Amino acid sequence: MKNKLLPTTITLIFIIIFIVFYKGLKDTNIYTPETKINNKVPSLLVNLFDTGKTVNTFEIFKSDKFYLLNIWSSWCVPCREEHSILMELKNNDSLKVIGMNYKDNKDNAKNFLKELGNPYDKIIFDKKGTHAIEWGAYGVPESFLINNNKIIKKYIGPLNKVSFEEIKLLIK
Amino acid sequence: MKILKIFLIIFFVFPIHSLKADNEVLKNKITKNLRCLICQGQSVYDSDSEFANSLKIVVDNKINEGLSEKQIYSYFQSKYGEWILYDPLFNKNTYFLWLLPLLIFFIGGAIVFKNFKKTN
Repeated sequence: MKNKLLPTTITLIFIIIFIVFYKGLKDTNIYTPETKINNKVPSLLVNLFDTGKTVNTFEIFKSDKFYLLNIWSSWCVPCREEHSILMELKNNDSLKVIGMNYKDNKDNAKNFLKELGNPYDKIIFDKKGTHAIEWGAYGVPESFLINNNKIIKKYIGPLNKVSFEEIKLLIK
Repeated sequence: MKILKIFLIIFFVFPIHSLKADNEVLKNKITKNLRCLICQGQSVYDSDSEFANSLKIVVDNKINEGLSEKQIYSYFQSKYGEWILYDPLFNKNTYFLWLLPLLIFFIGGAIVFKNFKKTN
């Protein structure tokens, strides 16, 4: 019995370490953040880009329609890439595209929209970048698909043809 | 008059300064335990990225709102998941992580103790 205890313990430790490392092998070495969905739309007082009016986010996302909140900035290069997709999504009747202008200069942002078109129904002005954090954003650009005051899908990075088709399918 | 001046200095200047200093210490402690969203492997405290700076402002706001350190962590955890914390909380997903070193330590200790007893 005594003689068996040591090999058994060593084998057990080896197995535990093996399982931990084996599980670790399958994970990517780049941290992939857990995309928290089904979170409620945060209740925040925000300033609108055009009028400067302060509104609650619940007033913006109040109906049972689908909304796509897109975080963008004029200094963000990938935002330019995805802009054509947002322009296409704008034409969809069952979806409203809402923008969140992140840490931007208003004049530059206006020029950006003048140049590429304005797909946004409303734009939230996030001067300090704190609203994006309250939404649980990771970077710019980022998009949240919202329905019934819940975030149902999150797109980290620029939207592409695949996400465009997926959004179209989800809002059908 | 002099006493009044001293009184005013003690009651108005020092508490405010010490309160601000306390908040700063707490803010640094919290941001050191939050993972930077963009520059992976760096804490929010160490990072100077746009999102890290925004996060620092949010932490500051939450402290001013009167939230405790634990409440601030759970707030960020609700937004970003356990991933954002460098020091994960003890729960059903992390108990193995927390207990494994202890387990190995005790088993190792038992082996050493046993061998030590044997040789004596």
